[in-house]
Amino acid sequence: MSQTIPLRLYVNGDRYDIAVEPRRTLADALREDCGLTGTHLGCEHGVCGACTVLVDGQPMRSCLMFAVQAEDASVRTVEGLAPDDETLHPIQQAFWENHGLQCGFCTPGFLVLAAGYLEEHPDANEEEMREVLSSNLCRCTGYQNIVKATMCAAEKMRR
Amino acid sequence: MNMSEPQTWTGQALPRLEDPAILRGWGNYVADVASRDSCLHVRFVRSNQPSGRILSITAPPHVKLFTAADLTGVSPIRAVLERPDFVAVDTPILATDLVRFVGEPIAVVVASTEAEAEDALDLVVVDIEPLPAVLSADQAIASGAPLVHDVEFPGDPNTVVDGRIHTPGFDEAFARADKIVTIQVGSARQSAMPLEARAAHAAYDRSSGRSTLHATLQMPHMTRTGIADCLGIAEDDLRVIAPDVGGGFGAKMTLAREDVAVVFISRAMRRNIAWIETREENFMASWHSREQVYDVEGAFTASGELIALRGDLMCDVGAYCCYPVTYGVEPLMAMAELPGPYRVGEYSVRSRGVITNKCPIAPYRGVSRPVQVLAMERLMDVAAAELGIDRVVIRLKNLITEFPHRSPSGLVLDQASHTETLLAATELADLSDFATRQAAARADGRYLGLGISCFAERTGYGTPALAMRSQPITLGLETAPTITPGFERVILAMDPSGGVTLRIGASPHGQGLKTTLAQLVCDQLGLEPQAVRVIASDTDATPYGWGSFASRAMVIAGGASLLASRDLAERLRVLAADRLGGLASDIDLIQGSAIRRDTGGQVALSTLARDTYHNAQLIPDKGEPALEFTGVYDPTGTFANACHIAEVEVDSETGAVDITRFLVAEDAGLLVNPAIVDGQIHGGVAQGVANALYEELIYDDRGILITTSLMDYLPPTVAEMPHIEIAHLQTISPQSITGAKGVGEGGTIGAPAAIANAISDALSPLGIGVFHLPATPHRIRTAIRAAQNRTAQEEAIA
Amino acid sequence: MKPSPFEYVRPASLEEALTELARDPDESKVLAGGQSLIPMMNFRLARPERLIDINDIPDFAGVTVGDTSVNIKARTRHLALQNSSLSGPLGDLLRRSAVQVGHLPIRTRGTFGGSIAHCDAASEWCLVASLLDAEMTVESLRGERTIPASEFFQAIFTTAIESDEILTSISLPALDGNYRTGIAEFARRAGDFAIVAATAAVQVVDGTVRDARVSLGGVSEIPFRSAAAESTMLGQPWSAELVRAAAEAAALEVDPSSDSHGDAAYRRDLVRALLPRALGEAVSP
Repeated sequence: MSQTIPLRLYVNGDRYDIAVEPRRTLADALREDCGLTGTHLGCEHGVCGACTVLVDGQPMRSCLMFAVQAEDASVRTVEGLAPDDETLHPIQQAFWENHGLQCGFCTPGFLVLAAGYLEEHPDANEEEMREVLSSNLCRCTGYQNIVKATMCAAEKMRR
Repeated sequence: MNMSEPQTWTGQALPRLEDPAILRGWGNYVADVASRDSCLHVRFVRSNQPSGRILSITAPPHVKLFTAADLTGVSPIRAVLERPDFVAVDTPILATDLVRFVGEPIAVVVASTEAEAEDALDLVVVDIEPLPAVLSADQAIASGAPLVHDVEFPGDPNTVVDGRIHTPGFDEAFARADKIVTIQVGSARQSAMPLEARAAHAAYDRSSGRSTLHATLQMPHMTRTGIADCLGIAEDDLRVIAPDVGGGFGAKMTLAREDVAVVFISRAMRRNIAWIETREENFMASWHSREQVYDVEGAFTASGELIALRGDLMCDVGAYCCYPVTYGVEPLMAMAELPGPYRVGEYSVRSRGVITNKCPIAPYRGVSRPVQVLAMERLMDVAAAELGIDRVVIRLKNLITEFPHRSPSGLVLDQASHTETLLAATELADLSDFATRQAAARADGRYLGLGISCFAERTGYGTPALAMRSQPITLGLETAPTITPGFERVILAMDPSGGVTLRIGASPHGQGLKTTLAQLVCDQLGLEPQAVRVIASDTDATPYGWGSFASRAMVIAGGASLLASRDLAERLRVLAADRLGGLASDIDLIQGSAIRRDTGGQVALSTLARDTYHNAQLIPDKGEPALEFTGVYDPTGTFANACHIAEVEVDSETGAVDITRFLVAEDAGLLVNPAIVDGQIHGGVAQGVANALYEELIYDDRGILITTSLMDYLPPTVAEMPHIEIAHLQTISPQSITGAKGVGEGGTIGAPAAIANAISDALSPLGIGVFHLPATPHRIRTAIRAAQNRTAQEEAIA
Repeated sequence: MKPSPFEYVRPASLEEALTELARDPDESKVLAGGQSLIPMMNFRLARPERLIDINDIPDFAGVTVGDTSVNIKARTRHLALQNSSLSGPLGDLLRRSAVQVGHLPIRTRGTFGGSIAHCDAASEWCLVASLLDAEMTVESLRGERTIPASEFFQAIFTTAIESDEILTSISLPALDGNYRTGIAEFARRAGDFAIVAATAAVQVVDGTVRDARVSLGGVSEIPFRSAAAESTMLGQPWSAELVRAAAEAAALEVDPSSDSHGDAAYRRDLVRALLPRALGEAVSP
C-alpha cells in the first residue's frame, strides 16, 4: 500500500543503501535503518535539537527533514566526529574535560552543532557561540560547562 | 607521583568515566535498545476528557488492541502510607470504567512500527460520557464537589492527606508577637521534563518464561517489585534494566502504568514490545509537580525574631497516587521542612494533598522545597521591610547556629553553615556596590533588584527518616503493604586478575555516580579509578537497592561503597601481611600493590587475588576463597545548605526579567568530585530559573492541557541562563561517613526564591512583590501597569 | 509523533512540479524547507496525502537586485538572507529579520517563500512582506499572477495562493537611502515565535517623514499594517516624541486576542514598547 523508496545515504563517509517510506524522517532513518543511534529524538518538533546533524556541512534538525530529501547529500552525525577510535574530536575532548555533559541525551546534538559551526567559523567568540547554542535544549547542565567546553574547543581548533 | 604516598582521588575533578562512550554517540538509551530489535511497537489511547465514563472503545478488526478488559489477573497500582489522615486510591493500569485526567491511558494499540502504531491509534474510537470534573484544589474541597475517586474521605471531599502539627506553645507565642506578617505564595504546575521522555522495551524469553524490561528509570529494583506485584508474578520472572537514562530529576522514580502494560502485553503476546513516549504524552501523562499554594504567617518580635510560624499548605496532587512515595510526598515534605534553616520557635501547620482531574503529581527535583523556600524567603523580606530591618540582619537573627538542632516538626538538623554561607554569598555579591548601582539605575528609570535565598536541603536520608512519614496505626485497614525506602547496599569484589567490580543497588541517570564511587573506592584500595568497574541499574547484576533520588546517592551508596572498600582493603592488608610478615596495619595499598611500610616489601594485589581464588590452600585463618564484601548504609540523613543571590533587571515595558548575576554559596560537605558538584548546582539552578520565570503547565477551563509542546512549555535555553558563580564551604558532618552531603536538588530549591526576591526588590518603588511563580513577563507587566495606573489615579486625585 | 503516510514526488523542474500539483491539488502540499510543515505533520495536525518537494528545482533560490525592486526567489533559505550582502536599508532589514527567524539549524533549511506561504502572523517574513507591500508571484499550469501583500495574507495560515499554485518569488521595493528600517520582537525565549513583533520603514527627507510604514505581528490573524501609526508620523518632523506618539496610536488601534502567552492589554503594551525599539533601530542604523 504505502510507497517505499530505495535510497542512497552517505553518512560519515559511508554509503548506506536503504529503502524507506517517504514519511521516514532523516533522524529515524539514521537510527533505524543505518543503525546510527547516536542521533537522539527529544521532541520530534524541531525545538530540542537533540537530533541535530550536519547535512552538507550545515546543522539541521533531522526530525524536520525526510530521509528521502537527504538522498546523495553528505550527512555527518556524532558518530562521525572523532577521527578514529583512539582520538576524540576537539569538541568531544573539550566536553569531556569540562564536564559538558551529564545524562548525555542532548550531547550528540550539541556536539554536532558546535563542531559544524566551529569548523566553518573558528574565530567565533562566546557571544556568537551562545547564540548558536541557544538552538538546543539541555536539561542537566545549565549550559555553563557546554559554553565553557565549546570555547575551549574553539581555541584548540584555531591552533 | 611519590610511590610511597597513597594517591587521593577524593576531591579531584576527575573527568567522568562514563563520558567517552556517550561523546562518541555510543550511549545506550532505551530507544536504542528497541532500534536494534525487530520488536513490535505500542501507542497508548489516552483520554481527551478530564472526567468521564467510558461507554465504548472500538477499532477495526485489523487493529491489535488491548483494553482494561484484556488485562486479566492484573492488579491496580496501590501506594499507601499508614497515617490516619491518608486516603488511598487505586491506579488501574488502563482506565477501566472512568477516566480521571486528560492523557490517562485507556487502551494500547500494537503494530510493527511506531508510525504504524500511530496509524492504528487514529482508527480507535473511544466514546466517553463527560462527567463533572474538579480542576483546582479549591473546587475539589468545596462541599458537594464531585469526587475524583469514589472512596470515603474522612474530612473534606477529595482530601487524601491532611497533616497537622501544632506545638504546645504556639498560641501563646503567636499572641505575644509584635508583628504578624501574612503572605501567600504559590507555584504553577511544572514538569521535570527529562530530555529523554519515558521509554520501555519488554523482551520475552520463551525458554525460561522470563521477561526483561529495559526502561528509563531511577529505581529499577522498586520497579521490578511494583510490576511483579501488579502482574502477580514472582520477581525473579522479571529482570529490569535501566540502561543509559536521559535525565530523571525525580520523574523516573515513579512506577509507570505504561511500563506495567508493556510487560503484560509482551508476556501475553510472547513478543518483544517497545513503547517510546512522545514529548506530547510526556507533558500530558508523565507526572506533574509543584502546583501548591501556601498561606503563611510569621509572628515576629519588634527586633525581627521569628517566634512562631503558621502555615496552611495546599498541594493539588492530581488524579492518582504515585508509587512508591505516594501523593503525600509534596504536602508531608512541606509540613516537615517548611521552617528550613530558621529557628521558628513555635510551629502550627496544616498541610493538605487534594486530588483533582489533572495529571498526577510525583517527585520532581526539590519536591515541595522550592515553594517552602519561596515562602520563608519572601516572608523574611516582607518582614524586614515591615519591621524596618535589613534583610541580611533579619536572616542572621533567625538562622540556626547551633547543631544538632531539633526542629518543631521533629527533624534533627546536623552540622551546617547557614550563617557562613549567607555571609559568603553577600560578600561575593558586594551589597553596597549593588545598592549604588541600583540607585543610579532607578534615577535612570531602570529597575535593578537583588534577592537572597537561604535554605537547608535534607539529603541522604534512609529508612529511619522515611519511616517517620508513616505513623503506625492500629485500625485494621485493608491496604497494600507500606513501602519505606531507605538503605543502599553494594557488593564490592576483586576478581582473580585483580580487577575490581562494584555492584550497586543505586541507579544513576547522569550524575556521574560511577566515577565518584570509583574515586571513593580507589582511595581505600590504592588503585586508579579506571580500574573499578561500577555495575548498576540491572536487577540481575546488582543487590537490591532503592535507587537514585532525593539527593541521596553520594551519601548512601557512597557510604555503603566506602564501608565495603574499607573491608576489602583490610582483607588485602591481612593477606599481604601474611606474605610479607608484620601486621596488617603495617601495610599500605599503593598503585596496585600492597607495601610493607617498614621493610618496603611488596606484593601485587593481583597476586593476592589470584591466590585467593586459585590457591585457596594459601589463605590464612581459613578465610573464604573470595574477595567479596557487602556494604550497607542506612543513615538518618544530613542537611546540606546554601545561600543563593540573584541580581535581575526588569524591563518595565515588557515585564521581561534578565538575570544579570547569580551566586551560590554552597555547603555540601566534602566534595568528592568538585566538577560534578558544580555541574549539579548549574543544572539545578537552571531548573530553578525555569520554575521562577519560564515553565508552567496550563490546563484550560475544560481541563485540557494546552502546553503539550516545547513551543508552549518553555525550558530555558543558554540565552536565558546567567553565568553562575559558586563558592564552596565544606562542613563535615558525622551523619555522613563519607563526609559528603547531597547536592542534587539544592540549585532548584534555592533559585526560585532568590529570583522572586530580586524581582520584588527591583519593583519595590512600584509596590510590587512577586509571590506566585512563574513570574512571566505578562504577569509582571500586568502588575506594573496596575501600579502605574494607581499612581496616575493618585496623581489625578492630588 | 510520526507523520501519516503520504506519497512523495520530487520534480526536477517547476513545470513538472506544477503538473504534479495539478494532478490532485487539494490533497497535495508543497514541501520547501519543511520547518513549519513537518512539525505539524509529526503532530498529525497536517496530513497531506502527497508532498511535492521543490528542493530539486533548479534556479529557485537567490536574490536579484533590480532598479526599483529586489526579487527574492521562494526557496531562498533564511540563512542566505542573514548572510546577504544586499546594501542599504532593505538589506539591513532583511539581515536583522533573518537572524530573528528561529535558530541556526532552522535557518539553514527553512525558506523565505515557505514562511510567507505558511502565513503565521508573527513571522518575520510575513511582516516584512506586509510592511513593504511586497508582490508575491505565484504560478500554476493556468499561468502566472502577482498578488499584492494587501490581498495575499487572508487569515491565519491562509493566503491567496490557490491549491494548484506555487509561490515562486517575492518582489520587494528597493528602498532609497532616506529610508530607515527596523524590527523589534518580544519572545519568552531566544528564537521562539514572537508574542508581538514590530517592523517599521520610515523615509525621512530633510527632517520630515515622507513615508511611514508600520507592520505588527501577534496582534491579529495576519500582519497588521498600522494606519494609525503611519498617519501619525506622515508629514511630521522626525523626533523621539513622534515615535512614541506613533506607538501609542498603534497600541490603541490594534485589537489583539488573548492566549496563554499574553492577553490583549499585554499585547498592546508590547506594541507600545516595541514600535519605538523598531523605530529606534530605524533612527540610528
